[in-house]
Amino acid sequence: MIRFDNVAKSFRKSRVLDAINLEIGIAERVALIGSNGAGKTTLIRCLLGEYAFDGRVTINGRDPRQERTAVLGSIGFVPQLPPPLKMPVAQLIDFSAALCGTDPAKIHGLAKRLGLDLDPILARPFVKLSGGMKQKLLIAIALGREAKLLIMDEPAANLDPEARKIFFELLAERQDDTTMLISSHRLNEVSALVNRVIEMDMGKVVLDDRVADDVSLSGQFACRIAIKRNEPAFVKAMQAWNFRDLGKGMEWEGVVPGPDRLRFMGMTSRYVALISNYSLEETGNGRSQ
Amino acid sequence: MKQLWLTAKLDIVESLRARWFQVYSLVFGGIVALLFLFGLTESRVLGFIGLSRLLVTYIQLTMAILPIFVLITTVRSVAGDREAGVYEYLLSLPVSLAAWFWGKILGRYIVIFLPVFAAMVLAVAIALVRGIEVPWGMFGYYTALLAVMAACFLGLGMLISALARSTDMAQGAAFVVWLTLLLFLDLILLGVMIQGKVSPEVAVTMALANPLQVFRTAALALFDPQLIVLGPSAYVILDLFGATGYKVFALVYPTVVGVAAATLGYQIFKRGDLP
Repeated sequence: MIRFDNVAKSFRKSRVLDAINLEIGIAERVALIGSNGAGKTTLIRCLLGEYAFDGRVTINGRDPRQERTAVLGSIGFVPQLPPPLKMPVAQLIDFSAALCGTDPAKIHGLAKRLGLDLDPILARPFVKLSGGMKQKLLIAIALGREAKLLIMDEPAANLDPEARKIFFELLAERQDDTTMLISSHRLNEVSALVNRVIEMDMGKVVLDDRVADDVSLSGQFACRIAIKRNEPAFVKAMQAWNFRDLGKGMEWEGVVPGPDRLRFMGMTSRYVALISNYSLEETGNGRSQ
Repeated sequence: MKQLWLTAKLDIVESLRARWFQVYSLVFGGIVALLFLFGLTESRVLGFIGLSRLLVTYIQLTMAILPIFVLITTVRSVAGDREAGVYEYLLSLPVSLAAWFWGKILGRYIVIFLPVFAAMVLAVAIALVRGIEVPWGMFGYYTALLAVMAACFLGLGMLISALARSTDMAQGAAFVVWLTLLLFLDLILLGVMIQGKVSPEVAVTMALANPLQVFRTAALALFDPQLIVLGPSAYVILDLFGATGYKVFALVYPTVVGVAAATLGYQIFKRGDLP
């Protein structure tokens, strides 16, 4: 579906992409990882037809630069940093919906599922929304169209745990026929979402690996944690993940979305000295970790 | 066409919310209000009185303010949006580059011309209410002249925005362009002629290649058809064009400059890096 043939890009004398050759098939979920300056954003911009470069990029055999409207019509994009648009939310939705030929009601519906009620904020300038609201709206716009390719740059970074859970469910609904390219600085942020990892460094692909993951995007884990003493910071963290207090802040129970389990464990690892009991059980097949 | 209008609408809404637009509208509305307030319609200069006198003063002031306003706000907005990541997101949507670029120009043109035109309409409206005679011919030609001036500097602004890679560079370049055109109005040309290194014809041709000079001379020609205030240069201009010919030239030439600059800007924009 996506093909990079010997793609190279330089800014003045600095080589940012160096002879990239890649093929990404239909329904592959790819994590594009690497440190700052590795070339991830440049690669994405070449894929979106936004940069002039040496080599060739095609999506289903079409050049995204030459056939912009046809190619970009089937791509949903969520940028890492929301653009500082002064236009009202309603206009952004109408503009993108009109260009992509989608129904604005679908975007409203998706935003609502992500926990963002658009009606009270339709007249507000996009730039005045909170980081989480902007991210939810951009995700709703990207997923609101019939995209066959989703390109997302740190898409869940500003989402609360509940919105992340819904976001993973939304991705799960499209995983059979949609190719996903998810960019991140850290693998643990996206590893559970993908079945292939491409690591970039200094403009080159240094790792291209398939990963097996038996936990589906919509999978969930039942979690129970007991701690030795009541700790306000831990209580706050548990509440942020919508966990239930089973007794004076000493025992907690909740559900962790499958793709978020590494992130959850990373968070709980900060309190490892406090924890006396920890269980994580995949709901449905009884496997525990 | 739909994409073009959608982009134009987007730019109009963005501009209407920007502070520069509020200042810009206030400046032009304020000029007309002040000119009435100070009783300019009652004063007489070179036989001009009433609304003609006001329009002559208004266009002189507009010629000083509009070019730099259009240049700076255009490059700030276009290059600024690109730098802030607005282009990265909006150009990931399925909009053609032609519709995006020309839609932006259309939207911006509406936004920059409307306050200038609205101020003129305001002047006419006040004149009608006060029973002052309205010189419709002059009103029509000045309106056309302002429309052309806006188009000319918008085209130059879009070209600079396409060339510059940062807002600072774009602003600096816009200022240098404006300053060069301004200096070529008199100072440099006078210097060149005083040194006697060029013939008067060449000096006048150089002056007429400057859109600012073209507007200034056209505005003068309307109340001084023989261009007496220009001295000997008037002979070259009138011999070359004739009075009517020069009025037509003053509308056509800056339009060609603006459209050519915008077209060149589009060619650079579509071949280079978009964000």
